[in-house]
Amino acid sequence: MGILRTFALGGIHPAEDKLSSNAPIETIPVPKQAIVPLGQNLGAPSKSIVKKGDMVKVGQLLAEAGGFISTPIHSPVSGKVFKIDNAIDGSGYKRPAIIINVEGDEWDESIDTSTKIESEIKLSPKEIIDRIKNCGVVGMGGATFPTYVKLMPPPGKTAEYLLINGVECEPYLTADHRLMLEKGQEIVIGIRILMNALNVEKAFIGIENNKPDAINHITELVKAYDGIEVQSLKVQYPQGGEKQLIKASLNREVPSGKLPIEVGCVVQNVGTAFAVYEAVQKNKPLFERVVTVTGKAVKKPSNFLARIGTPISQLIEAAEGLPEDTGKIIGGGPMMGKSVTSLDIPIVKGSSGLLLMKKEESSRPVASSCIRCSKCTNVCPMGLEPFLLSRAAKLGNFEMAENESIMDCIECGSCQYTCPAAIPLLDYLRLGKMKVGNIMRNRK
Amino acid sequence: MNKFTVSGSPHIYGDDSTKKIMYGVVIAMIPTILFSIYFFGVDAIRVFVIAIAASIFFEWVIQKYLIKGPLTINDGSALVTAILLALNLPSNLPSWIIIIGALVAIGMAKMSFGGLGKNVFNPALVARVFLLVSFPVQMTSWPKPSPITDGLADVITGPTPLGFLKENLDAGKSISELKSQLPTYTQGLMGDMGGSMGEVSALALILGGVYMLWKKIITWHIPVSMLLTVAIFSGIFWGIDPEHYADPVFHMLTGGMLLGAIFMATDMVTSPMTKSGQLVFGFGVGLLTILIRMWGAYPEGVSFAILLMNATVPLINKGFKPKRFGIVK
Amino acid sequence: MDNIIVIAIIALGGLGIIAAIILYFIANKFKVFEDPKIDEVEDALPSANCGGCGFPGCRAYAEATVKSAKENGHLEGLNCPVGGNEVGQLVGKILGLEIEASEPLIAVIRCNGSHTNSPSKVKFEGATSCSFAHALYGGEGGCQYSCLGLGDCVDSCDFDAIHMNPETGLPVVNDKCTACGACVVACPRDIIELRKRGPKEKRIFVSCINSEKGAPAKKNCAVACIGCGKCEKVCKFDAITITSFLAYINFDNCTLCRKCVEVCPTNAIHEINFRPRKPKVEKPKIVAPAADNSITRKPVVDKIAVKTDSKKTIADNKIGKEPVVTKDVIAKKPTDNKDNKE
Repeated sequence: MGILRTFALGGIHPAEDKLSSNAPIETIPVPKQAIVPLGQNLGAPSKSIVKKGDMVKVGQLLAEAGGFISTPIHSPVSGKVFKIDNAIDGSGYKRPAIIINVEGDEWDESIDTSTKIESEIKLSPKEIIDRIKNCGVVGMGGATFPTYVKLMPPPGKTAEYLLINGVECEPYLTADHRLMLEKGQEIVIGIRILMNALNVEKAFIGIENNKPDAINHITELVKAYDGIEVQSLKVQYPQGGEKQLIKASLNREVPSGKLPIEVGCVVQNVGTAFAVYEAVQKNKPLFERVVTVTGKAVKKPSNFLARIGTPISQLIEAAEGLPEDTGKIIGGGPMMGKSVTSLDIPIVKGSSGLLLMKKEESSRPVASSCIRCSKCTNVCPMGLEPFLLSRAAKLGNFEMAENESIMDCIECGSCQYTCPAAIPLLDYLRLGKMKVGNIMRNRK
Repeated sequence: MNKFTVSGSPHIYGDDSTKKIMYGVVIAMIPTILFSIYFFGVDAIRVFVIAIAASIFFEWVIQKYLIKGPLTINDGSALVTAILLALNLPSNLPSWIIIIGALVAIGMAKMSFGGLGKNVFNPALVARVFLLVSFPVQMTSWPKPSPITDGLADVITGPTPLGFLKENLDAGKSISELKSQLPTYTQGLMGDMGGSMGEVSALALILGGVYMLWKKIITWHIPVSMLLTVAIFSGIFWGIDPEHYADPVFHMLTGGMLLGAIFMATDMVTSPMTKSGQLVFGFGVGLLTILIRMWGAYPEGVSFAILLMNATVPLINKGFKPKRFGIVK
Repeated sequence: MDNIIVIAIIALGGLGIIAAIILYFIANKFKVFEDPKIDEVEDALPSANCGGCGFPGCRAYAEATVKSAKENGHLEGLNCPVGGNEVGQLVGKILGLEIEASEPLIAVIRCNGSHTNSPSKVKFEGATSCSFAHALYGGEGGCQYSCLGLGDCVDSCDFDAIHMNPETGLPVVNDKCTACGACVVACPRDIIELRKRGPKEKRIFVSCINSEKGAPAKKNCAVACIGCGKCEKVCKFDAITITSFLAYINFDNCTLCRKCVEVCPTNAIHEINFRPRKPKVEKPKIVAPAADNSITRKPVVDKIAVKTDSKKTIADNKIGKEPVVTKDVIAKKPTDNKDNKE
């Protein structure tokens, strides 16, 4: 294989703990009541077009896009709209949601429900982008950025390469891994569709070296297509960050404050490629996704295919129940996921995993004073100085924070992971980014 | 059911901790401690015990009664400072002076700046220099090493090799004349020469340095740049006039050069944060040491050099930033 | 030897004199004219440099007042909250203007979601910053409008006027408050409001900013405002408005009659520094023969006891007094029984 590609600056090596990598994807039955939040993407929340009492089918349009950077939301279940009310989300805030009492599982007629793999791409690039937009496809890696926006580069910029993110560098998560193993053909067709939409001739799929079976499988599948190449990447966190992936694959650095299109790249997650296949080839909107349920105390670490709106308690039951000594539940991976406040929250488009942590792992070590060891600076993949930025944010010196490029921070958490004094660096960095972002917006 | 914990990410932590780092340094100093006990006998044990007890006591008193804040005597930093201080002292130093040294190191150089992580100057070196200036006689009557295996003979004092060299060079003698009275390289390596307790055995210090490099407590940048600078500068002058300038290897093995390079200059709190900054820091320390040794009034320059460079560290941190990702050149 | 000393004195003295002459001329040449009134006004100010007036420091405020007096002839909008009326009068005298006395204000904490009223459902760990916690999650008790108790307000106060009560997890404002507004800005949830101090420090306010419907609000906190509207109905002075299930008392119209406090079913309205009400004495009444359904009625005495108790359980954030732990009691109001007592 030779020297594995990777990004140059920083990086850490947390324990992989991929407990569920051998669990095949299992479909979860539809819930009794689906709670579909209206804000499931980065950007503006969607606007509901149904009202209380309406009967809906699976795949039917529930809410329209609320702006340019927004997506429509489709019903994951069939039944009657119970109410449109505020429902609690993972962070404990109440946000508008459509609540549907489920009756049966009737799908909208326009969806092709056959399992035959459609390889021929019949739509033109413009039609592809429209279809992706209308099917509500968002970035499935967790960022939930509307995919169609990425496929329409701003005037003056063209895409040269498509990069597919099959890295899944977060410990514990295995949804993308299983998807590549079980739906590899569909993913490759999805990649081909994306290449057509962007009008690029070359695509790279980056997969971390700890998934050799996925690497081999996808390498076999892409042989049938021109222009798609699989790249094995060194296992290092945060290899899956798009800037780090571009650096590793193409050795190009996205300039500070700009997007990947500046260096001619568009990055998409493998889950997104799969959703694109389903949208374009089967006219199936995005209403279900693979979610990993895992944790050291979980009896059956699994990967579930769940409808959006399913309460997470149902998934935990399917993984043989909530372990007694659970101290923390994380939506996503342990490095960048959000800890949730209750079990009554639904799966949304961006839910990549559920990590149940034991009580003894849930508490933070007690913070002490900074010993100026500079380990945080050494591991930062963006070349920043977390000790300086978090102190500036804590003391309110937002001018210094902005000058030292706090907005470049990708919030990967490597600094706080490494800090020997257990200082909450990322907490203050996030606070600083919020405040500096507000200052910058008010300036315009 | 349990109450869930809510916190920001990341939710997992590496297994590094301040305690581990501090105790790692202590372990790295064990070879040096053992060698110094071997060469200086019971006196050495006395110096260590008093320095450690006094340092921890002062830190406890200050934190409990003056600052009235949380107690951190368990984190190992007072222990490290105490051992480093002890290694800088002659083994026949009266106990009351050692206690003053501990008070200066902990109280003045560390606590008054705000405690761990906030001091500008290396506490052990501040204490050493303070004692050197306040008690010059007691601080410069270095006992000759007498291996403990030779029996508990009376302590004979004499100048360190550097002190001896400076005196005689100033008096006009040349190096070849003095060669027989200066330690050989083997003696320097193993520690059979006069000096403070930590200065003597280069081998023990190097072992400690290798341990710290392996455990990633220090990086190579400061020691290598400092020693390289020393080697090059002293080498240039030795090349020009070998009769009046000692050779580089002699400079490296004598005095506090290795102790300073491996344990004192690499102190995390008082050294720069970036690799490039650390190289500059090491260069500065090396250069200043050689200048003081060759032309300064003192025979030994490492302590002063490190303290002077400590003062420039905030400036170095401002000027030498890490390589940023995505900066358009 | 003497020669040296004399030469030294002459040399250094001469240098000093030359330097003084140069400095004198330069100081005069580059002198900036400043209205001497600015210094006078600045001396009258409290010199806290807190920024409560909106200017960066007392000197800047002094300059602004002198400028405004000269150009506009009045000091509209220029108010030093720390100095209050006293300083306002002094400044007015210096500048030769009439200054209207303004009502003194104080910071009021509009949340009573203490650990007992709003028991914590999750445990928070992280940076002790309310702004950060606000962005991270809704709140330990579940109410997303509640005080997070991490002390951004305490950190922002320059006057030592606000402190966190560790038992309740809520901040307490004391008399030193100068209504400079720093804590109002610091609170990410706009819980703190500057309200009139009131005659003899008496004031009434709704200690809740929860805009949810009654049922979800009560689920998380026993003393939340449920927007039932009883206070609005009973207020004869049009001081209370209900918007989005939340009552708000306008302190300009409020006459401190305390009727709203009595009727609030969740004890969400607080009265500060009032004398406790006399417990209603049972007037001897002619007892009619008991009707059958009187057996199911609870004795009147019990209800009165509950009533006076309930008054004692209000306001964890009373000024200066020991905070009283509020019980989760929703006192049954006996008003409906007044008419049909036996």
